[in-house]
Amino acid sequence: MTGTRDIHAYLAEFDDMPGTRVFTAKRARQGYHLNQFAMSLMKPENRERWKTDERAYLEEWPLSDEQKQAVLDRDYNRLLDLGGNIYFLAKVFSTDGQSFLQAVSTMSGMSLEDYSAMMIAGGRSPEGLRSIREKR
Amino acid sequence: MARITAGIGTSHVPALGAAMDLGKTQEPYWVPAFAGYEWTRAWEREQKPDVVILVYNDHATAFDMKIIPTFAIGCGEQYAPADEGWGPRKVPVVQGHPDLAWHIAQSCILDEFDMTIINEMDVDHGLTVPLSLVFGQPEAWPARIIPLAVNVVTYPPPSGNRCWALGEAIARAVESFPEDLNVQIWGTGGMSHQLQGPRAGLINKEWDNRFLDRLEGDSQELRHIPHIEYLRETGSEGIEMVMWLIMRGALGRATRTLHRHYHIPASNTAVGHIVLEPLP
Repeated sequence: MTGTRDIHAYLAEFDDMPGTRVFTAKRARQGYHLNQFAMSLMKPENRERWKTDERAYLEEWPLSDEQKQAVLDRDYNRLLDLGGNIYFLAKVFSTDGQSFLQAVSTMSGMSLEDYSAMMIAGGRSPEGLRSIREKR
Repeated sequence: MARITAGIGTSHVPALGAAMDLGKTQEPYWVPAFAGYEWTRAWEREQKPDVVILVYNDHATAFDMKIIPTFAIGCGEQYAPADEGWGPRKVPVVQGHPDLAWHIAQSCILDEFDMTIINEMDVDHGLTVPLSLVFGQPEAWPARIIPLAVNVVTYPPPSGNRCWALGEAIARAVESFPEDLNVQIWGTGGMSHQLQGPRAGLINKEWDNRFLDRLEGDSQELRHIPHIEYLRETGSEGIEMVMWLIMRGALGRATRTLHRHYHIPASNTAVGHIVLEPLP
């Protein structure tokens, strides 16, 4: 067998990585409507309605006020905390005409230029970012 | 009899597809990423596979949060390229192979893999980008495709060991199909990348290359890598590499590497590619 059969130990390890939100069942439940809202932007007619009045479109979905505000702010780290998943949130930034590189750079706290340069130079090293507990 | 003659591993970065669609492959940024596929395109023109079993993950396209199948096999006649938010890619419609697909589905279920069966869906970049990388830009894809979608988005995804074992079950199923077919199996996704949070942009060249090393030969080490190791070492989206293990498992006891390519970056991601043949 691969890894643990103990679901509690399995899930607990996910909180030990810096700067990373693993899309667990807990987040999937919290973000269900948020992710389904984002999914609705796959349809061109929905994208048009969304672009015309974002706030009105959001009111059609049972999201928390925090989730709605974070969507309007395009605060992707906050959206991850509120149960969003990156592949669903991609529908929002794609509708904005943003690439994955642009949107992902906003989560890293770096400018697009600095983030792109880091990627071309070989990406972010895992050194020191593997485990909070083990400081490695 | 049908037989699995080769396995391919490749990243399926959407930006690679966009670069091809928009005619940017000659730009300096993209040249080294695509260079590693030239060998494979020439090789495939000689191999002429009849069918490709293409293991990939759907990225919130055909599957939303309503239904989340762990392993789902496409048994339909054809699959259209999906509109992922910026219009469908202008690539050929994917033709399925329902006879072999249903045969694999039935065989795997009797072999205790409880597959979900898909009759209709659109396919996203996870499936079409590998086709573009390996076959280029033809008028029609030169092989029938059996999509095999794996959940690697909502945790837990299947274990590496389970993926490998599914590959073994697929190989048994293919071998019992009476028609004489040249079948390839492709595992896609990865390699190291993280698309979210402050740790975004993580790349681990050493780990990725050790993964490629161990696809060759008779090592079974890869099937025992736990999810947490993929997450820590290769970023949150590096978990896609478990899908390569379905391909590896289907190649049997041992393999030989015919071709290998690795390049950083394509957008946020390390591009990895390998062509393997099974050894008796």
